[in-house]
Amino acid sequence: MALFSYLAALVPLNNYGHYLHWHFIYLSVANLIVILLMVATFVAALLLPFPGRNRRKESQ
Amino acid sequence: MSTTEIERQWTTRLRKRVAGKLPPEKLLPDTQPSYVSSWIYVFGVTTLSAMIVVIVTGCVLALRGPQWWHGSSFGHFVNSLHLWSVEIFFFAMVVHLWGKFFMGAWRGGRSLTWMTGVITFLASVATAFTGYASQSNFDSQWITTQAKDGINATGAGSFFNVLNLGQMLMWHIVLLPLAAVVLTALHVLLVRIKGVVPPYEENAGEAQ
Repeated sequence: MALFSYLAALVPLNNYGHYLHWHFIYLSVANLIVILLMVATFVAALLLPFPGRNRRKESQ
Repeated sequence: MSTTEIERQWTTRLRKRVAGKLPPEKLLPDTQPSYVSSWIYVFGVTTLSAMIVVIVTGCVLALRGPQWWHGSSFGHFVNSLHLWSVEIFFFAMVVHLWGKFFMGAWRGGRSLTWMTGVITFLASVATAFTGYASQSNFDSQWITTQAKDGINATGAGSFFNVLNLGQMLMWHIVLLPLAAVVLTALHVLLVRIKGVVPPYEENAGEAQ
């Protein structure tokens, strides 16, 4: 439980959220982080080797 | 009953049609093409797995009710599982959508597969929204009072009242999940019938 308390202290969740405002674009930092994580996951899925890929190609 | 009469029965014709379109070895294949050996192909089934967790946790929440999910530790836990499985569901679905968009997944007669995916995505957004609206806490009050102006501006407010908790809850636990599940089943069956879309270089001849 102590570990969870330390982790929770790193990201204060009881304050007002942080928002980015640029012209008509208005989004929360939390949503931006999720979008960046999705982009990172997408790029990683394209670049990382899939286990057994070479074995399958050889067997065909 | 004669053989001709049996052949003309709607059950016989339907069975033959279904078996022709989707034989068992196509419904549950033993192998997949070599190009499926990539991480980008795992996000469809990740979305499906997250959806199963969403449904199971939603059923548990329905069994016990709001006082339980707001007022007990285990209720909070199941409520959080429901929320985080939805987060993973949308996360995986968006990566799946990007992957299929850049693969041109509507090629080779797969337009219906693509469109059922698009409509499932929209139905899922509506399901998630009504979920936020039926949390029965200050968060849902804030969301619905903010959303009502937007919904009313479209004209849909006359039959879709976001401030009506009962209506939002029924849409969230009956109508929209039913639509999402039926559409997902149709989407998966179409993937099985048409097969997983190959990369561009694999099927230059097949591409539309």
